[in-house]
Amino acid sequence: MNALHYLLLGLLAIFITLVVVRPRIGWAFGRWTALVCVAVVMLLPFVWLVCAAFKDKDVLNEYAFLPPLSAISSKTINLDNFRTLFAPQETTQGPVGFWRYIANSLFLASTTTFVSLLLCSMGGYALAKFRFRGKGFLLTYMLASMAVPGVALLAPNFAVIYHLGWMDSYKAILIPTAVTAFGIFLFRQAMNAVPDELIEAGRIDGCSEWRIYYQLAMPLVRPMSGEFCLIAFLGAWNSYLAPNVFLQTQAKLTLPVVLNQFMGVYDRQYGVFLAGTLLAVLPPAVLFLALQREFISGLTSGAVKQ
Amino acid sequence: MTESPLNVSLATSPRRSIATTNAPRRDRRFLGDHGVAGYLFLSPFLIVTTLFFLFPHGWAAVLAFYQTSGPDSRVFVGLSNFKFILSDADFYTAMKNTAVFAVASVFLQLPLSLGLAMLLNAKNSRTKNLFRLVIFLPNLVGQVFVGVLFSILFTPTYGLFNRLLATLTGFGLEQRWLDDPALVMPAVIIASLWLYVGFNMIYFLAALQNVDQGLIEAARIDGAGPIRTFWTVTVPAIVPVATFVVVTSTIGSFQLFELPYTLLQEHGGGFGPKNSGLTIVGYLYQYAFRNGDLGTGAAVGWVLTLVILVVSLVQIRASKLFGSHT
Repeated sequence: MNALHYLLLGLLAIFITLVVVRPRIGWAFGRWTALVCVAVVMLLPFVWLVCAAFKDKDVLNEYAFLPPLSAISSKTINLDNFRTLFAPQETTQGPVGFWRYIANSLFLASTTTFVSLLLCSMGGYALAKFRFRGKGFLLTYMLASMAVPGVALLAPNFAVIYHLGWMDSYKAILIPTAVTAFGIFLFRQAMNAVPDELIEAGRIDGCSEWRIYYQLAMPLVRPMSGEFCLIAFLGAWNSYLAPNVFLQTQAKLTLPVVLNQFMGVYDRQYGVFLAGTLLAVLPPAVLFLALQREFISGLTSGAVKQ
Repeated sequence: MTESPLNVSLATSPRRSIATTNAPRRDRRFLGDHGVAGYLFLSPFLIVTTLFFLFPHGWAAVLAFYQTSGPDSRVFVGLSNFKFILSDADFYTAMKNTAVFAVASVFLQLPLSLGLAMLLNAKNSRTKNLFRLVIFLPNLVGQVFVGVLFSILFTPTYGLFNRLLATLTGFGLEQRWLDDPALVMPAVIIASLWLYVGFNMIYFLAALQNVDQGLIEAARIDGAGPIRTFWTVTVPAIVPVATFVVVTSTIGSFQLFELPYTLLQEHGGGFGPKNSGLTIVGYLYQYAFRNGDLGTGAAVGWVLTLVILVVSLVQIRASKLFGSHT
């Protein structure tokens, strides 16, 4: 028996008593306790990650989380892991600093987000507001293409990229994911809600089709743009397979690929490598906390009719 | 002068004339003036999908019948790539692991997601958004970071998971999860539970919030208990979303690669001891990129597509049967 057991047994006892005496309050208590337990389980690895990143390598394994208050000093809690992490690494292609990988990831993720926001919204606008020959067929084709697993195309795509001469180039990562059927569908849904009268009015006033899209339609689908940016950024930031397969120069690699490499390099002092993981997790977390409402409604908009 | 024939016909038979003259004209105007614009707006997608979807599909169909070493050299070998795959023990290991994972996703992860969604769905819960956010949080970090993180959480003696397990049950502190072939898939499933439970919960929660409260009230008044109400009112109402979630998570399961590959990076080179964590995509990756045999990779891709197609069709059919019986 230990403290955790007593805590759980105590909660269980309170729950049973309450259910017997006041069923309503009892069930509410049970529901709350269950949710709190799940939330704790979901948060623990993150808390552990933050603690581990700041612990000195000598005490890394000694404490599960942070050392007790009496043992906290600059010898147990410090920034050594980050110092080691940011010291330039000798590689076969010259020294590369960790900043470089962060910059690469930020560059690739934000470029992908920007380009695909533009191209997917254009496609969605066209499907929602233009009539043209072959539209029905195109819609069916796009739906079908979403059902085919992307990884099945990994081998032939590699051949295509190779023959285009895009190996070890960011083009190989940016261009194939620059515009997706999924993104176009999201925007088509949002653009459907843009009133036709507004577009007609724009045409009568002599706007070019491009200006109607850019200055009239886009501002109206701003909530969807926010959701889409998050989805696109997370996808690009966490993407591993394409950068791993197509990039070769060490200085061009992105965070997921490098962190995976580091597992072998920092085998003995994994605090360094957890410090890197912590830094890699921060940008998506900040972005998500800022935009979480839009993100969750965007996720379900395709599946649930509101 | 400009009195059009439209006005004349409007006077005689308004409805018919609108239907016959106005609609086609409108269509033609759209096609004439804006048809090109439609294609122009979609041209980036058309180019990308041709280059990186249609063309590779055609190429995959060809490549699968060639023996390749690297993208430059290839020899026609007929069906022998497929024959090789279907007689390769590793392929069946990969199939088995992937199937185990898919079954765990559908029968372990989804019920948990639904349970959490139901806990969250109760009325007057102001903290609902906070819990939803916390449970969804792991999805931000993606498979690679989760794999990397859990490879250390599962460390014997010092890893958080083993410490927790030992505190709760009194044993398991020394358990070498990632070195024991029997425990590798459970470890992958535990990590994936942490990652995906919140993701699917969001869908179930959205579906539950759309269930007609009037029906639930009516069932309660008619004397149905909570369990009966759940099966007769809630379940039929969420079947469409449940089907969507089951099919997408099965498709996702069959594409599993990054999580086990990073989790097991230091254990069997990404595939675990005795290939106990090898998935179909891992098998494809192994052949196409480690051995440079794109032909076999393409053939595996075809087999994978076929398997996913069959499984999804069966699931959609089954859910329709289920939906019509309840």
